[in-house]
Amino acid sequence: MDLKKYLVLAGIIVSGAVGDVLLSRGMRAMPPADLGHLPQLLHAIFTPWIAGGTFFLLIFFACYLTALTWADLTFVLPAAALDYVLLAFLSQWFLHEHVTVTRWLGILLITAGVGFVTRGPALTPLPETAEAVHEEAAHHHRSASDPSSAVRP
Amino acid sequence: MSLPQATASLTTTWSAIGVVVVTSTVGDVLTAKAMKDVGDLGDVWDKEGFLACVKRVTTNKWFLLGVSAMALAFFSLLFALSLADVSLVAPAAASLSFVTNAIAAKFYLHEAVDARRWAAAVCVCGGVALLAA
Repeated sequence: MDLKKYLVLAGIIVSGAVGDVLLSRGMRAMPPADLGHLPQLLHAIFTPWIAGGTFFLLIFFACYLTALTWADLTFVLPAAALDYVLLAFLSQWFLHEHVTVTRWLGILLITAGVGFVTRGPALTPLPETAEAVHEEAAHHHRSASDPSSAVRP
Repeated sequence: MSLPQATASLTTTWSAIGVVVVTSTVGDVLTAKAMKDVGDLGDVWDKEGFLACVKRVTTNKWFLLGVSAMALAFFSLLFALSLADVSLVAPAAASLSFVTNAIAAKFYLHEAVDARRWAAAVCVCGGVALLAA
């Protein structure tokens, strides 16, 4: 994985967490929402906190879709789960929420999961690519054991 | 003033959570399939520009199906929340979908879900459940 791909993953994590925190901050300033007061809900969309949160969540979705073009779903989802960890830190510092011991244990487990998945390859090779790699490895093995069988360009 | 507690039966609650998990998994898997079809967006952006990227993604049938399934997941989540407490529905749906996504990705997308990825899915699943506890 190159730097650009790490930046896309960081984009998923940061924009997802920041978007959720901004939405939460914005909705706390609003009266309790219900479908009977739809104009009030529509007005909420244009308040700075909620508009900001929506903007960050759009960035999140764009980064998520981009990551899926070069990485497996089973790589992207656990890696992106780091945003739960960032969200816990942000909600403690920015929204002054209390993070309990159970939540810290959850953070530890998620970090372990992210550690597991990011140590492996991001993408499953296509069948033909995997076959080519396997054949090349077999060819190298044959060449090494019998130099006369090696095909020279 | 406290809100009334949700009183649906255990079977109804878990059926609703099951619908949320299945629809969100279908949404994630179809979106992932769509983005593999679309290919490297960086190349498309360099050659044809931003609007071409948007057009490629939004005209892909798997993407449209995936987003529809995500919308269905959102509405089934709202339905489940009307039956049971958010402290049960949200963590159960979020954490279970990590495992169902791994299963669907293995059998439908043919991803190489090795022991490392299973471990990651299970750790994240447990972690999300604890975070929301």
